[in-house]
Amino acid sequence: MFIKRFKKNKLAIFGLIVLTMIAFLAVFAQVISPYDPDDLGRTALEAPSASHIFGTDDFGRDIFSRALYGARVSITVGFVAVSIAVLIGLILGALAGYFGGFIDSVLMRFIDIMLSFPSIFLLLSIQVMLTPNIYNVMIVIGLTSWMGVARLVRSEILSVKERPYIEAARAIGASNMRILFRHVLPNSLYPVIVASTLGIAGAILTESALSFLGLGVQPPYASWGNMLQDSQAYLRDAWWMAVVPGCMILITVLCIYFVGEGIREAMDPRS
Amino acid sequence: MKTYLIKRLLMLIPLLIGISLISFFVMHLAPGDPTALFTDPNVKPAELARIRANWGLDKPVIVQYFYWLKNAVRGDFGTAYLINRPVTEVIFERLPATLLLMGASMLITLLLAVPLGVISAIKKNKFFDHAVTVFSFIGMSIPSFWLVLMLMLLFSVQLNILPATGMYDPLIKSSSLFVRAGDLLRHLALPCLTMVIISLAGITRYTRASMLEVLRQNYVRTARAKGLPERIVLFKHALRNALLPLITLLGMMLPDLFAGAFIIETVFAWPGMGRLGVTAVFSRNYPVVMGVVMMSAFLIVIGNMLADICYAVADPRIRLERRD
Repeated sequence: MFIKRFKKNKLAIFGLIVLTMIAFLAVFAQVISPYDPDDLGRTALEAPSASHIFGTDDFGRDIFSRALYGARVSITVGFVAVSIAVLIGLILGALAGYFGGFIDSVLMRFIDIMLSFPSIFLLLSIQVMLTPNIYNVMIVIGLTSWMGVARLVRSEILSVKERPYIEAARAIGASNMRILFRHVLPNSLYPVIVASTLGIAGAILTESALSFLGLGVQPPYASWGNMLQDSQAYLRDAWWMAVVPGCMILITVLCIYFVGEGIREAMDPRS
Repeated sequence: MKTYLIKRLLMLIPLLIGISLISFFVMHLAPGDPTALFTDPNVKPAELARIRANWGLDKPVIVQYFYWLKNAVRGDFGTAYLINRPVTEVIFERLPATLLLMGASMLITLLLAVPLGVISAIKKNKFFDHAVTVFSFIGMSIPSFWLVLMLMLLFSVQLNILPATGMYDPLIKSSSLFVRAGDLLRHLALPCLTMVIISLAGITRYTRASMLEVLRQNYVRTARAKGLPERIVLFKHALRNALLPLITLLGMMLPDLFAGAFIIETVFAWPGMGRLGVTAVFSRNYPVVMGVVMMSAFLIVIGNMLADICYAVADPRIRLERRD
């Protein structure tokens, strides 16, 4: 049923195909990329041509190869950061929704605080204080993006926990934790799946913004964001340095949105 | 209403204290300190220690926090390091630029997004609707700073018709108000365009969803059933109710708006509060960062509160007293 409805959505299928291709390119970057992404041996700022389809950058590195390796970084950061965010969101949201009362109000106030923050400052401050590298980027994005999931899980649980089968579980003497993690949570998961799909897109955008500001993935490792950072100084002479990584981010994020929307529509009984 | 207002205002206090607590500790527990900015090797360690003591950095973080809080409650956010001016003064100097950028782009966004959303809801699943949907998704997927680079590339480098950075042209000496306003508008164009493109998508989709929801309601069916012309059903009965949730959305979008403005200000060298804050984070100018964070958080929570109140005033179905 779900797959059938998902298949009807042409944009979602298109998105899924493109994402699979990008993932393929990223996984096999070593085999596919025509040059070593860190090799400085060629002419700098060479326009796109047959030998360098996306041109070369200011250090004479092949941009196509770097874009492939950048895909690895961006996709990995997206997945790991969202996993962290979902894990925190699930646990806190479940605790708040299931136990209610004092725990609930404390956690909800905490979420209010986190949400009224201009998160860019939290991100920047934490990144300035930690050494900026790929692991810290994942952790920081995860730590600043769990609030949506937590709220979602909480409201789902509030509606699930009044259902008869939960009462039945309680009647046969199941413990709180067992009811919460075995019965309530699995029934609240669908909206979380959609939210985390969209979250990956957000995390990829955040990673690129951090790397762009010099606080994300550090050179010589390529990431789409730090490739864009390099491009700033050469906007006048080498437009391809800015266009290529940006288009990669745009296409990846766009396709994730298409897929996420496809999942949401396929699961929403109203549409 | 009065009790509700007082209750909401009181609830802001723990919220703001929480925000200040987190940002203060995140910054101050960082390894390294602001005196690292003095790279001059001739400054003696004793001298550095004196400066640290002067800035209050030699005390435990918790003590520093309470000092900060005690002054902040009285509206004193300390003195900015290095430039030695009161933080509030520096912030209020930069705030108008940020508000101008955010206000202008918000206004243009609304003027575009609402008609787009409404038309796409009315023409659901027609070509127009699909086109708007795809463009909205593209708008949501564009990294803001990259959009900035592309717009600069197009309008400043290729066409050379708009200035790429800054807020005023230092070469314009004319004191004519007209010339100055024209110059400001030219500088505002690109940052504003960037923000419009970025926030357009969300509001358009929200308006569309809200309009579709309303069109399903019984009172719309009633209006149609009693033979009202479709035009009146749509614009008199449906539209007004569909626009109500937008008030809440605008409130909820404030943090994103600030975050977006800060990145855009940084890339465009727009002399606003965001750029001030981002530079201060990099140079560890703690008092300035705290000031900017608190100022933006304050504007955000006040904005949210106003949105809730406006919503309740505009929608008689909602009774404030019953909400928590």
